[in-house]
Amino acid sequence: MGTIVLPALIVAAVGLIAGIILTIAAKLMFVPVDERVAAIEEVLPGANCGACGFAGCSDYAKALGNDADVSTSLCPVGGAAVASQIAEIMGVAGGDVDPKIAMVMCKGTLEATRQIEELDRIHSCKSAKMFYGGNWACPYGCLGMGDCADVCQFDAIRIVDGVAQIDREKCVGCEACMKVCPNHIIQMVGKKNLFVVACQSKAKGAQTRKACTAGCIGCMKCQKICKFEAVTVENNLATIDYDKCKNCGMCAKECPTGAILSFRKKKAPAKKPAAPKAEAPAAEAPKADAPAEETKNTEA
Amino acid sequence: MTAILSIMLAVILTNNYVLAQFLGICPFLGVSKKLDSAVGMGVAVTFVMLLATAVTWPIQMYVLNTFNIGYLQTLVFILVIASLVQLVEMTLKKYMPPLYNSLGVFLPLITTNCAVLGVTIQNITDGYNYVESLFCAIGAGIGFLLAMVLFAGMREKLENCKGIPECFQGIPITLISASILSMAFMAFSGVVDGIFG
Repeated sequence: MGTIVLPALIVAAVGLIAGIILTIAAKLMFVPVDERVAAIEEVLPGANCGACGFAGCSDYAKALGNDADVSTSLCPVGGAAVASQIAEIMGVAGGDVDPKIAMVMCKGTLEATRQIEELDRIHSCKSAKMFYGGNWACPYGCLGMGDCADVCQFDAIRIVDGVAQIDREKCVGCEACMKVCPNHIIQMVGKKNLFVVACQSKAKGAQTRKACTAGCIGCMKCQKICKFEAVTVENNLATIDYDKCKNCGMCAKECPTGAILSFRKKKAPAKKPAAPKAEAPAAEAPKADAPAEETKNTEA
Repeated sequence: MTAILSIMLAVILTNNYVLAQFLGICPFLGVSKKLDSAVGMGVAVTFVMLLATAVTWPIQMYVLNTFNIGYLQTLVFILVIASLVQLVEMTLKKYMPPLYNSLGVFLPLITTNCAVLGVTIQNITDGYNYVESLFCAIGAGIGFLLAMVLFAGMREKLENCKGIPECFQGIPITLISASILSMAFMAFSGVVDGIFG
C-alpha cells in the first residue's frame, strides 16, 4: 500500500506547489486585457494578409488597443466599412479610406523589349534577378516569371506577354505582390488615380530607348504639359504626385513612348464605334482622354 | 573546464538534439520557414532548457532519489516544465513586454517540446553534476539554435526554387533536406573525442 500512496502523494504535492505558485503569480502579475481589442478582432476580415503593416489581424487589433496613434483605417481589405466600425469601437472619428490597389509600373512586353538570354532552369523572378539581373534587355522592368502571381491570394495577377497584369476589380490592395517583386515595379496607387508612369527605368533616355520602346526616356514633355505641377522628372524618370494629379490625362497624351498609362474606362470601340458618350464616368476632364494604351488596360 | 567544454561541444555538434538524436522535430519543421522566427524559437528553447535543468536537477536529486521513486521522473518533469514555462510567460508579460511580444507564440509551444524534456532527463542519466548539467543545457540550446538557423537558410533557398517536382513539393522536400542536413552532422562524430580524447 505504502508503495503507491507515497509516490502519489509526492506527485500530488509537486503539482499542488506548482499550482499554488502559478495562482499567486497570476494574481501578482495580472495584466488587464483590453475589451476593445477583442471587439476589433471580431470586426477585422481575418485575411491575415499583413497589408496594414502588422503581423496579422489580431496583431493589428492589439496595436490599436495599445497605441491610440495607430490609424483605424489601415485595413485595405475591409475598406471604409471596417475602418468606420473600428473607429466606432475606439471612439474616434473614422478616417476616410482611399482604396489602394497594386499597379505594375512596367510596359516591357515581348513586343516592346526583348529577352537577351535564355534562362531555362530559372523559374522565379527572385532567382532570375540574382542571376545577372534577369533575362530582359531592361534591368529595371518586369521579370515576368510570376512571383507576384504566385503570391496573390486573390487570383488578381496574370503574366501576359512577359509582363504582370493586375485585375483592378480583384485586387484588394494587400501589398503581397509589392513586397515580393525583386525589381520593385509594383506600387500601391489609389484606385481613383487613373494615370501612372508605367516605367521604372532610371537609365538615360537613349539607353532606355535601346532596351525598350515603351520606357520613360525622361524627355520632360509630361512635366511641361502638366498644369498642376503633378509630374516631375528625376533621374531620367517621370513620377506623378498623386495628391496633385487631377486625372486630366494630358501627360499620357503627350508622352512620345506611351510610358504613361491610362486606366480611364472606355467602352470597347469595336462593339459601339459610334456611341455618343463613349467616354468614361471620370468627369474631371473628359476632353483630355488618352487615346492609346487600350491594350494594357485590364478592366473588363 | 575541459569536461564542460567537451560536454558542450558534444551536445552542439556530435549529439545535436535535433539532427543526431531527433528530438524536437516539431518546432524544427514547423518554425523554420523564416530565419527570424527560427532564431526567436531557438533563443526561447535555449532559455527554457537552461531554466528547466536548473529546476529539475534538484528535484531529481533531492525528491525523487530520496524517496526512491525515480520511475516517476517523466511525469514529474513534464509537470514541472509545463508550469515553469507558464510562470516564465507570465513574468515576461508583466515585466518584459517587448521580449514577450517577440517570443510570442513560441513560449507556450515549448511547454511540450520533447527536446527540453530530453535534455533534463539526459542530464540525470549521464550523471552530470549541477554545473555540468547547466552547461549541457546551454549547449543543447545552442545546438538547437544552430540546427534551426541552418535549416531556415536551406528552406528560404527552397522557397525560391520552383523546379521541384510536384510530388516532392512542400513537406516531402522539407523532410529530405532535413535528412541531408542531419547526414552532414554525422561527419562531426568522433571529432570531439579526437580533440579531448
